[in-house]
Amino acid sequence: MPRAHGRRITRDAAGIGLATGAYGLSFGAISVASGLDPLQTQVLSLGMFTGASQFALVGVLGAGGGAVAAVLTAWLLGARNGLYALSLSPVLRVTGPQRLAAAQLTIDESTAMALGHPTPAAAARRAFWSTGLSVFVLWNIGTLVGALGAAAIDDPGTLGLDAAIPAGFLALLWPRLVDRTMWAVAAAGATVALVLTPVLRPGLPVLAAGLVALAASWIIGRRS
Amino acid sequence: MIWMAVIAGSLGCYVEKLIGFLLPASVLERVSIRRITGLLPVALLSALVAVQTFADGQTLVIDARLAGVLAAVVALVLRAPFLVVVLVAAITAALLRSTGLAA
Repeated sequence: MPRAHGRRITRDAAGIGLATGAYGLSFGAISVASGLDPLQTQVLSLGMFTGASQFALVGVLGAGGGAVAAVLTAWLLGARNGLYALSLSPVLRVTGPQRLAAAQLTIDESTAMALGHPTPAAAARRAFWSTGLSVFVLWNIGTLVGALGAAAIDDPGTLGLDAAIPAGFLALLWPRLVDRTMWAVAAAGATVALVLTPVLRPGLPVLAAGLVALAASWIIGRRS
Repeated sequence: MIWMAVIAGSLGCYVEKLIGFLLPASVLERVSIRRITGLLPVALLSALVAVQTFADGQTLVIDARLAGVLAAVVALVLRAPFLVVVLVAAITAALLRSTGLAA
């Protein structure tokens, strides 16, 4: 791999890390506004380390949805990381303890960077590790600053942090709305959740929307 | 209860990642698995957007959060970065509340 190529990958990785660090800032603030303390918030960023699941967990807990619904929603959203790991496995060729570290850094950003630089294999590996590490470090620093900042505020509602929560989910959803199927699934998921909100405990309507994905997958499978 | 959710949630999400490195790559060839893992985030995230915008406990309400989310849509259409999208929503809702235009 030419050195310039390697340097460019590292620079891109740092840029992605900075962007996600800013987004970690909002996670920290929203988590504390949802009722978690800064330590719990930090443990999520260190241990769970997958943004959509973290936002979902604190969102469901904050809405009074209970621990079980919160955890299930986070797991369902995290399932895609397993798929990423499957596609990364032959590229990274990690073994032993390296595999444990690689697993933790397997997220949207590191996967996209690694699969975006398929050749040579050294470039893919550099893209994965540099992006994963830079996002991990800056996401956690962002979380810490955001959580401590929000903890210093008395009433997060007056700052509109409750509106920041759905906006955050929307920003995560937006890049996935690539075709009509995705729009249809999104519309159906939102409708199911809203219709069920008055009748089910908080947290459960979102899980029920997960069934929409299963139904859609089944319908598409039958058509093709 | 919160700690339980934090720890169980984190462990589960880590195991999901690790399983991917332990399973044979042939699992990827199963189209249904690829499809479901692509559709799940879309259905769940849109449900979360809807519920966090309109739900107050088990009742549906229209308040400053909706204005915040609509402002976020504008920011997304203009390709604003994540933090800007979130800030635009928060500021919009806060302004509407402080001026008494929305609850």
